[in-house]
Amino acid sequence: MIAEIGHYALVLALALALAQSVLPMVGAARGIRPWMAFARPAAVAQLGFVGLAFLALVTCFLRSDFSVATVYHYSHTQQPTIYKIAAAWGNHEGSLLLWVLILAIFGALVALLGENLPPRLKARALSVQGMIGFAFIAFMLFTSNPFARLSPAPFEGEELNPLLQDPGLAMHPPMLYLGYVGFSMTFSFAVAALIEGRVDAAWARWVRPWTLLAWTTLTAGIVLGAHWAYYELGWGGWWFWDPVENASFMPWLAGTALLHCETVVEKRDALKVWTILLSIVAFGFSLLGTFLVRSGVITSVHAFAQDPARGLFILFILGIALGGSFALFAWRAPTLQPGGLFAPISREGALVLNNLLLGVAAGTVLLGTLYPLALSVIGGGAVSVGAPYYAATFVPLMVPMVLLMAIGPLLGWKRGDLPGALQRLAAAGVLACFAAGYTFHLETGGSWLAPLGIALGVWLALGTLVEWVERVKLFRVRPRENWNRARHLPRAAYGMTLAHLGLAIAIIGMTGSSSWKTESVKAMQIGESVTLDGYTYRFDGVMPTRGPNYLAERATFTVTKDGRPYTVLYPERRQYEVQAAPTTESAIQSSLAGDIYAVIGDHAGPQSWTVRIYHQPLVPWIWAGGFLMALGGVTSLSDRRYRIGVPNRLPVVQATGA
Amino acid sequence: MKRMKRKTLRLYLLAASLCLLGVAVGLVLYAFQSRIVFFFSPSQIAADRPDVGRVIRLGGLVEAGSVTKSGDGSTVVFKVTDLKNTVAVRYRGVLPDLFREGQGVVVEGAYDADGGFTASEVLAKHDEKYMPPEVAKALKESGRWQEGENGQPIAGQPASPGPAAGTNP
Repeated sequence: MIAEIGHYALVLALALALAQSVLPMVGAARGIRPWMAFARPAAVAQLGFVGLAFLALVTCFLRSDFSVATVYHYSHTQQPTIYKIAAAWGNHEGSLLLWVLILAIFGALVALLGENLPPRLKARALSVQGMIGFAFIAFMLFTSNPFARLSPAPFEGEELNPLLQDPGLAMHPPMLYLGYVGFSMTFSFAVAALIEGRVDAAWARWVRPWTLLAWTTLTAGIVLGAHWAYYELGWGGWWFWDPVENASFMPWLAGTALLHCETVVEKRDALKVWTILLSIVAFGFSLLGTFLVRSGVITSVHAFAQDPARGLFILFILGIALGGSFALFAWRAPTLQPGGLFAPISREGALVLNNLLLGVAAGTVLLGTLYPLALSVIGGGAVSVGAPYYAATFVPLMVPMVLLMAIGPLLGWKRGDLPGALQRLAAAGVLACFAAGYTFHLETGGSWLAPLGIALGVWLALGTLVEWVERVKLFRVRPRENWNRARHLPRAAYGMTLAHLGLAIAIIGMTGSSSWKTESVKAMQIGESVTLDGYTYRFDGVMPTRGPNYLAERATFTVTKDGRPYTVLYPERRQYEVQAAPTTESAIQSSLAGDIYAVIGDHAGPQSWTVRIYHQPLVPWIWAGGFLMALGGVTSLSDRRYRIGVPNRLPVVQATGA
Repeated sequence: MKRMKRKTLRLYLLAASLCLLGVAVGLVLYAFQSRIVFFFSPSQIAADRPDVGRVIRLGGLVEAGSVTKSGDGSTVVFKVTDLKNTVAVRYRGVLPDLFREGQGVVVEGAYDADGGFTASEVLAKHDEKYMPPEVAKALKESGRWQEGENGQPIAGQPASPGPAAGTNP
């Protein structure tokens, strides 16, 4: 019964989405107010129906109703409650429902909070949202109904993939989807603005919170995913340049570019056409990501769908959305008012260069992701494009990007003073070179990548701090005035400082972990010891333990450093009962200097096990950096300029004055 | 200050984008030439063995009964087969959780000067129902493919084999 209610709510939501996509659009074109006003209740009711469907699905999972096919395939009575709930979106059908739910939440937010939006723009944007909702609800109902019944109902379910039974991963899909769907908001506003033929500073201020929200959650989602891969897969790696990772990384790159050029539209009324194009591209990448992951074209943990019809459907949505919006772009973009002018060396110029670099980098990732697909379609053989490709293409493009990141914020709008900026960065440059030299000295004969990475990280961190110091005039005025200046800096400025600092820290972490990771693989007898990078691991034994739905072998390693006890690690090897799948639970002890990481594998003999031990320098810096970046996003989001509804209350002079 | 003209600005933007595009295309072409790993089946290797040191991916089934552990217990030797030809593989390390005899596997590695194949990575999928598409294709090509191997229904293979999927997320 509950499943039928959910299914029925989805059907109603589909009908409503159709009305929401047609009426306000026509109303806006013909000037029929009531039709335009229909967008608001429609968007709110949409949230009601989709929310009801989602609750119904979660209820089915909580009640372990195995007559519902998705529950049967992805749940089990013994599964802990939190993973019963997470299983609701840990599968293809349910994750689509989550996608649509987030879309509906955003739609309702715009409808309810966007009181000050111009009515036409709002009606059109909500109408485009309605179209996206319609496409995805139709996709769900016709190819992947989460409420499909099984008859006769099985007694027990097949359980969620044990690897996905993890707290970090329970949060990973909702975060990523918030990001993907957030870009749908920007996309809707861009399409609406194209139809209106008007993009101005006010538009940028309405769109910016959505871009920021999308970027922040996408950042958090990617970091969560990388962290999960790091501790759960037991390989000690955090990024594999796997196509599904790239699928979330490409929208992030495009979104980062979008975030930066929106500021130009807002502050200087320039780069408008480019911003619109990027909004379309960012959402296009989100759809492409959904297609790559959901179509079964790429097989991986994420690829739940193996039905070609689904892939075709998403490809169809992708074609319509991108084809339609690019056609609209080609038709309407020339009518947009050309924006303000600027000298090549200026804040705008730096942001343009940032956008070009990010765009080209996203392009190389796209090529690397699609090349194997294209090659196999034309029968050119199977290839894999992995880390070496990206190290040769993506990384070189990011070097100038990071160099520029410290300089750009020090340049003035419209016309910047490059020698002045470089002068202020001289100390940072010297220290970065010193850091590189010191790293090189420590390494003695390692690759040149490590000194470069550390130098870039130091350069960016110091450059970012220099910018802040400049803003608060530290050491140049009385401390009291410093404090006042620091307090009155806009939150958005702090957002940038935090995000850039976060990237600097993450770069240092990535460099450390990829350059100095050491590993020992050994069959160890109980009582045996192994020493790696100054840490000695004594294998004390293995105990059988029992979890809610698995049996495990838990090993004990006593770790000593320089003869003093350091920590005790308990890696596990779990055998989940239902799926009969073993999983590795690594044991990690983190410190500022890095992680020590132990994994236990198979029996190698009667009293010995294969043991893998890593020393992972600086890895926690990656997570800290990612967290700082997301925090920067949140800080920027809390800037009062962007609070929904505020834009109109701000003097419009700003919009036209530039 | 000389006032910037719209045309000049456009010219600068165009030049900058073209330069960057050129650099990117160069990087990509270079990487495509030297940084891409090709997939081989045991039969393809039997027909034309790759050069020593060239990194390739090799896919097939782990031959039943072929997995042995060497002296110190941390090096594993096993055979990868497409049921027509087999290749012996050495691997030092912890095998992935789903590495089983008779199941599909993809290994990445290279031939050594002594003629043995050493894997640097062993990829086995998390899902038991799954078989790497390349492996399925290799088995089909060797004429030994049957649906539902090992009593497991092999979930609908995509029409075209995707890139090698490992235990990667």
